[in-house]
Amino acid sequence: MSEVKYSKEHEWIKLDGEEATIGITKHATEMLGDIVFAELPEKGSNVKKDGNAGVVESTKAASDVYTPVGGEVIDTNQMIVDDPSKINEDPEETAWFFKLKIKDKTEMDNLMNKEEYEKFAKETSS
Amino acid sequence: MSIKKTSLNNLHIKYGAKFVEFAGYQMPIQYKDGIIQEHRYTRSHSGIFDVSHMGQLFISGGNELTNNLEKIFPADLKKLKTNQSKYSFLMNNKGGIQDDLIITKTYNGFLIILNAACKYNDYDVIKSKLDSQYKLNLDESLSLIALQGPEAKNVLNKVIPSCENLKFMNGNNFVFNNEKVYITRSGYTGEDGFEISIKHSNAETLVKSLIENGSKLIGLGARDTLRMEAGLCLYGNDLDNETSPIEANLKWAIPKSRIETEFVGSEVLKNQFRSGVKKLRVGIKPESKVIARGNTKIYNDKNQEIGKVTSGTFGPSVEHPIAMGYVHNSYSTVNTKIFLEVRGKKIPANICNLPFYKKNYAKGEINV
Repeated sequence: MSEVKYSKEHEWIKLDGEEATIGITKHATEMLGDIVFAELPEKGSNVKKDGNAGVVESTKAASDVYTPVGGEVIDTNQMIVDDPSKINEDPEETAWFFKLKIKDKTEMDNLMNKEEYEKFAKETSS
Repeated sequence: MSIKKTSLNNLHIKYGAKFVEFAGYQMPIQYKDGIIQEHRYTRSHSGIFDVSHMGQLFISGGNELTNNLEKIFPADLKKLKTNQSKYSFLMNNKGGIQDDLIITKTYNGFLIILNAACKYNDYDVIKSKLDSQYKLNLDESLSLIALQGPEAKNVLNKVIPSCENLKFMNGNNFVFNNEKVYITRSGYTGEDGFEISIKHSNAETLVKSLIENGSKLIGLGARDTLRMEAGLCLYGNDLDNETSPIEANLKWAIPKSRIETEFVGSEVLKNQFRSGVKKLRVGIKPESKVIARGNTKIYNDKNQEIGKVTSGTFGPSVEHPIAMGYVHNSYSTVNTKIFLEVRGKKIPANICNLPFYKKNYAKGEINV
């Protein structure tokens, strides 16, 4: 499995062959607070890079989830729909959002590595 | 204008507060535990809320003060006993609510607790309607601390003995740390609790003592979810200057003895009492997990717009999304099916009774 990449919208993406798993970062969950609602894209639908691919809501507000790459949605994580608090507990492992069959690997090129993302997150939250 | 800080600012920072600006004040939205845990701690134990941004207006002087205030507020102030409080409104001539407030009769006049965002305007409006013989003091030397929850009376009693004898919507003078404090039994969470008016210099010491006795600081985020579960209105969201107390379903706060008398907005209210109103505030329970926030449009089953949500969130104690809003009165009956437009989809929901969470107030007189 390749390394994890990060977007400026605070999503992470893990690529395994043509299959990508996408979720939101720990930093994003800390900014959002307690998550009480999650809506995911439909299985079988196609999403475009940087396009809308779900919603998370905290007690305070709703936030859109974007996908850092385009592709076909091949799986979604029902666990986080049934119990959205799992997103706060384990955002970067078991509480992934959806899996994509990606079409164009070059869409990954401008994403950040862990170190770059941590720097970005620190700068933008202060 | 620079942002104002309350006397508890250092304590907020110490307990890991995330701040927001509210009505010109830097206020804690939440602490380290987060909104849901803070909400639940208030319902199961007790929570401390810094509400020092709210206005504390003291009015005194002159003989005819009660009569003159009754020309402004639709409350039965003549019947009010010393230290007794009533929920009331400052209205405009159209019957619209300029602020919702609590009036308490004091030894030499009245104390009115005002919303932070309205307090300076309220002061100007009230002053303009009163003769110069009366003294108005919007006292900014005082903090206001709320202690709410089933443990509130035990915690406060350890710090300020005998405060547990206060009845709901009643107040009195007490002493803390050799200084006078004024405590009322009231609140904004649907729980039993107290509001303590105290000098800025004494406030941090009081809050530290409350924490040592098992209470926790709670932010404005949980204050909002708590008041929504309790079906209580937030001025600016659920109440505004184009909405009357009748439309807001707060008829209970206009005593029968005042309906035929004169006060600001009385003509409009009299008409509404007689002929009814077109829109009414209702409780709304979505059928799914989708949250409908303020300004969400409400539709009937024929896809006609019938109203709008004014507050909505996830209720941590009822463990379900909750909302309140205004609908055309023909849709205001409990169990009427409505649809909420959220992100382009029509979400089924039902009109329901308020509050969402059953109240736990201390025994005492409730004015209906």
